[in-house]
Amino acid sequence: MKAIVNVYLKQGVLDPQGKAVHHALGSLGFNGVNDVRIGKQIVLDVDSSVTSDIIKEMCETLLANTVIEDYNFKLKP
Amino acid sequence: MNVAILRFPGTNCEFDTQYAFEKLGHSTQIVWHNDKTLPQNIDLVVVPGGFSYGDYLRSGSIARFAPVMQEVGKFAANGGKVLGICNGFQILTEAKLLPGALKRNTNLHFISKYQHLKVVSNDNAFLNKCQKDEVLHVPIAHADGNYYIDDENLAKMKENAQILLRYCDENGKEESINGSVEAIAGVCNETKNVFGLMPHPERAIEILLGSDDGVKMLKGFEG
Repeated sequence: MKAIVNVYLKQGVLDPQGKAVHHALGSLGFNGVNDVRIGKQIVLDVDSSVTSDIIKEMCETLLANTVIEDYNFKLKP
Repeated sequence: MNVAILRFPGTNCEFDTQYAFEKLGHSTQIVWHNDKTLPQNIDLVVVPGGFSYGDYLRSGSIARFAPVMQEVGKFAANGGKVLGICNGFQILTEAKLLPGALKRNTNLHFISKYQHLKVVSNDNAFLNKCQKDEVLHVPIAHADGNYYIDDENLAKMKENAQILLRYCDENGKEESINGSVEAIAGVCNETKNVFGLMPHPERAIEILLGSDDGVKMLKGFEG
């Protein structure tokens, strides 16, 4: 089973990397991009014993810093 | 004073920190991250700078789970004094021993230079030998020094004099060189026994090397 975890900076917390990429896209002539947010995806290969609650605990404890980051995840068979 | 200086894989400021405290006449011990106890009769624990665990995931996020950090947590909970410098500051925020978090610098650059700092609060065990509004000159060297704290907690910290230092120019005019909220360079916890700052006072202890402003900062812990 795979757990796909996405971690990204909270709305309202400035994302300097997203801002730089947004600027670069504009410089390259790609118009119409309103905003860019950069996050990270963490893919865990887990046994069937690992429940959503345990993944949530992993996110809260280590994978995300909830002071500045939000996360979501999906479990895929 | 007896000073314990922690060392994680990737720490690189432990010897500068040791040199600085020994120059001030204190005894020091370097403590390995896997140690399950802190040495006896320690007056101060320093979490020095570097790149613990290669800054993987987030700066400081893995170091906080090292066995020695459990002991540092207990030491701090009992009122023990803890100082985190640069990566040490990041580790202490990740460990929730200090409020807030440190993000990538707004300009995405690793900033390495001498920087002016303004003393905001000196009513604590760290900066008591500095004057309020005094301008210090101390090196900085970081990529993730962009301090973030939400408005509600920022207000509480200000009220409780937990903002220690702000980045400024030579005249004391504040400037957020890395994107930090209100140009914050250093903070302490609510009980004022855990301190963290991005600048490196241990690199500013000899005039020959540019500044000795770090002396009066580190001497604060002598009480």
